[in-house]
Amino acid sequence: MSVSLRIIKDKIAGRTMLVLTVLSVLLAVLIGAGLYLRSAPLLESHSIWKLLFSSEWKPMKGEFGFFPYIMGTLWVTAIAILIALPLCLLCGIYIHEYAHHRIQKVIVPFVDLLSGIPPVVFGVWGVLVIVPLIADHIAPHFVEFSTGYSVLAGGIVLAIMIFPLIISILLEVFGTVPKELKDASLSLGATQWQTVKHVLLKRSLPGIIAAAVLAISRAFGETIAVLMVCGNVADVPHSIFDAGYPLPALIANNYGEMLSVPMYDSALLFSALILFVIIFLFNAVSRYVLSRIEKKYA
Amino acid sequence: MTDNPHISVQNLNLYYGANHALKNISINIPDKKVTSFIGPSGCGKTTLLKTFNRLHDSLTDVRVEGKVLVDGENIYDKGIEVTHIRKKMGLLSQRPFPLPMSIFDNIAYGPRIHGTRNKKQLQVIVEQQLRDVALWDEVKDRLYSPAVRLSIGQQQRLCLARGLAVSPEIILGDEPTSALDPKSTQKIEELFLQLKEKYTIILVTHILRQARRMSDFIVFVFNGEIIEFGPTEELLLNPKEELTKDYVKGFLS
Repeated sequence: MSVSLRIIKDKIAGRTMLVLTVLSVLLAVLIGAGLYLRSAPLLESHSIWKLLFSSEWKPMKGEFGFFPYIMGTLWVTAIAILIALPLCLLCGIYIHEYAHHRIQKVIVPFVDLLSGIPPVVFGVWGVLVIVPLIADHIAPHFVEFSTGYSVLAGGIVLAIMIFPLIISILLEVFGTVPKELKDASLSLGATQWQTVKHVLLKRSLPGIIAAAVLAISRAFGETIAVLMVCGNVADVPHSIFDAGYPLPALIANNYGEMLSVPMYDSALLFSALILFVIIFLFNAVSRYVLSRIEKKYA
Repeated sequence: MTDNPHISVQNLNLYYGANHALKNISINIPDKKVTSFIGPSGCGKTTLLKTFNRLHDSLTDVRVEGKVLVDGENIYDKGIEVTHIRKKMGLLSQRPFPLPMSIFDNIAYGPRIHGTRNKKQLQVIVEQQLRDVALWDEVKDRLYSPAVRLSIGQQQRLCLARGLAVSPEIILGDEPTSALDPKSTQKIEELFLQLKEKYTIILVTHILRQARRMSDFIVFVFNGEIIEFGPTEELLLNPKEELTKDYVKGFLS
């Protein structure tokens, strides 16, 4: 009898996990559908083209142009990843390939600690350090005037916030490259750096892209720290020293207020939908790119 | 045996943490011969092989005392530049590890990192090395496809060619046939026999028959020590030490 009991247990375990998995996937679909339903009134009364590419934002007059917010999000995220990825790569390579194991043991927990700091602390730090730094020392070299509250400030704060995420993924990825493969390069007389460039990085490319994708997805949605330093002006930024107003900040700043304005609720949920779609498309494209790269080397 | 061999080990001790893995090793490796290291698993024969090109460097907690002279230069001297030592030795590991690039680029990798940029020159080198390991006819039509698509036997020959492309003096083989089928094994063995005209070959193997087929000299390593070192037939058929006798007994019967 014990045989059939353990088989029943096995089946129950399998089914339960299946149900839970389906539920969690369903949740993403449900959120997407919910956002769509709630933003439907706006979509019915305004052309989608105008919503996405108009810069007129006058809720009182019923004009909703999301272009400045979309661009604000893209600027901040792009700046963040452009700063973070190269620095994280060098940092990860150092930790994994060059650092003595005792140094590794000290550094890695500190990197993890960085990811435990609440976003709002990063925001305050941005306001106290990064914003004045940009206003007084960086921007004057390039533009006539900047308050420091800018997409650059948002990008820098965000870059530091995604640092630990990228580094911990990179360390995992580098760990999957067999020692013998690096030895093969070293045994030919290659230097450590040549080995890193031609073997480690090449072999890790898909993993590096995956790390960047995850970091970017996370950066798209980061709200509070960015909101505190990037100025929140609903104009399309034209330089890194201009203020920006990313989508998450729009939602966080306004949801729950002014909801008596017609369509305002719908507009805010539409901005959430835009964010959702951006992240979805971005993930889909990068998955495709990854599979192409993996095919090329396998 | 020459007076100044390529590789001369003097009073070498190696520790993995507290584990004394190599004990007071001294040996002159004969030039232009095949020398096999034999011994039970974990006896230190692979460790000994790897001390010759300092691939232990990337491991933590390894401590080396004593000298390994390569062409008269102690490679464990402080401040020695290790890449030119490694360039003198081609390494074949237990499983082939082709670099994540095309067949052509695998062979050209060594010459390129040492500064050969000329495309024509590289093509000549690649063809020559692939011919030397009898791989040219099998791959000449797909030089630019990824090396990982080759069969494992082909990959091992590619790795041999890759090592030879930097014109080493010495070939280190760490059980280079242990992952291969009999036919590929035979090919590698034949290559080694041809190559010993030009190179000093050191082979780690746990197959006594292979050691006998391939080598001119055998070193029997046991528990981190060299127990016996001598010409192949003499050591296998007429061992002087009890430990060697016990180990090769199975082979004789």
